[in-house]
Amino acid sequence: MRRALSDTLVIAERNLIRLPRAPELLLAFTVQPVMFVLLFRYVFGGAIRTPGYAYVDYLIPGIIVQNIAFGGFVTAIGLNEDVHKGLIDRFRSLPMARPAVLAGRTLSDIVTNALSMSILLVTGVIIGFSFHSSVSDAIAGVALLLLFGYAFSWFFAFIGLLVSSPEAANSVGFIAVFPLTFISSAFVPVASMPEPLRAFATVNPFTVVVDEIRHLWLGAPHGSLWGSIAWSLGIIAVFAPVAVARYRRAAGQ
Amino acid sequence: MAADGDESAITVRGVSKAYGDVQALVGVDLDVARGTVVGLLGPNGAGKTTLVRILTTLLTADSGTARVLGLDVQRDAARLRERIGLAGQYAAVDENLTGLENLTMVGRLYGAKRSAAKARGRELLERFDLVEAADRPTKTYSGGMRRRLDLAAALVAEPPVLFLDEPTTGLDPRSRLSLWEVIETLVAEGTTVLLTTQYLDEADRLADAVAVIDHGRLIAEGTTDELKDRVGGERLEVRLDADADVQAAVRALAPMSDEAPSAEGTLVQVPVRVRNGAIVEAVHRLSEADVGVDDLALRRPTLDDVFLALTGHAAEDGSGEPAP
Repeated sequence: MRRALSDTLVIAERNLIRLPRAPELLLAFTVQPVMFVLLFRYVFGGAIRTPGYAYVDYLIPGIIVQNIAFGGFVTAIGLNEDVHKGLIDRFRSLPMARPAVLAGRTLSDIVTNALSMSILLVTGVIIGFSFHSSVSDAIAGVALLLLFGYAFSWFFAFIGLLVSSPEAANSVGFIAVFPLTFISSAFVPVASMPEPLRAFATVNPFTVVVDEIRHLWLGAPHGSLWGSIAWSLGIIAVFAPVAVARYRRAAGQ
Repeated sequence: MAADGDESAITVRGVSKAYGDVQALVGVDLDVARGTVVGLLGPNGAGKTTLVRILTTLLTADSGTARVLGLDVQRDAARLRERIGLAGQYAAVDENLTGLENLTMVGRLYGAKRSAAKARGRELLERFDLVEAADRPTKTYSGGMRRRLDLAAALVAEPPVLFLDEPTTGLDPRSRLSLWEVIETLVAEGTTVLLTTQYLDEADRLADAVAVIDHGRLIAEGTTDELKDRVGGERLEVRLDADADVQAAVRALAPMSDEAPSAEGTLVQVPVRVRNGAIVEAVHRLSEADVGVDDLALRRPTLDDVFLALTGHAAEDGSGEPAP
């Protein structure tokens, strides 16, 4: 057990060391989300009605949830490269704990997600965002976001092991997650959508989590902490086992 | 460990493996004695890598048994992994990590503390002539440097048995030579090596014994000299002038061999019984027959020749080239 933990940390450390040396990845979760924030705030923001809140307050929780769900793409791309470049073979020939490669991978995503969340929060504050809640609620929101992001890392781990190239991992992840984040309360109130979309948006985990973050950070009503946690754990419960199974298969060929 | 005793380092019995309909290995038997180098020879897709992957616990055989250092590759996989090293043809190092970071990571995954892993990494970088590149990401390394680092990674835990899967494929001649020297040093220190290669000269230089594998079957074992003898020794190759009489050349050379010469375009080939004087005799016979010669040489058998001799028409089957 101790060995599994230390191997996981070695792999996580390795993922973090290499990150600054892949500038295109670094850009993807630093500059890109900031660009999105500015576009939404200043281009769309004026046209979107968010009763009771300034749009910037409404937007920041939504865009952070979207961004953190995508954070796992580093895992998808990284795992895919590791399979193709023979590193998974190297790891499997070592007397290391078996689950450490996937566990270390998803663990390092928590660090990168925390980093990109900080960048977004700082950007948000600069353009007018502020918390309307207690410090403990604000921190609870951060913790929930990291959990939700961690759940999506397992989804992306599965995608990364499923597809044939890093590029494909990126686009499959994008196609799967992008509509989910837009047909939700992340950027516009669900009430403004036509009926079939509204029904979908209401049950969409992104809506559940975004609403809960708004509850924790802005004091908005209609949040569901347990619903958010249940979705996160549910996603882990589905994708962690299939990712592990896929890892065994991908590595056994 | 008692199980180690004096038995052979690697014992393979009746190992088979299929991928769907494709039989990658069919009932392979192999023995590698301790402290020796065995070269596993064969063309691409012959099953060499599959066998290495089974022996390094990366892949499970469908049937048969394999032991390395007395440890069963399946049942004792975890213990076995502490005692083997694997270096592959794809140079499995993290290209965004430096040479030292790569080796330190591997050392820690063997269970060493960070400081010990780092010290061992530095030692290996020195040994493999990579000290100057130690703190550069390996994506800046040349192909030869990457292979050396990959080999160094396989040696982190000083494994008594080393698996090298096509260690020099795609390398330039100088890098090849320097990698060969490194491997020779390891062997001199007592490491047992199973090496796969497509090159007979590599097996010639490094291996004590050779096993030839084709279409998943082990078709021959022995020293490289024994294999070449089975091919029938050396061969005379004569390139005729464009307007020369090929049939006259074939008739002129026929008495030099037990086998009939073969002709392909202006190229006439004939296996020779006696090396000494073969060239002089051929020149003499051809000039008497008044056949114009462009070039003439004695050729040592290559792996292709060994293959052709051992597998008959398998070379055609394997390459899938249609007959003209």
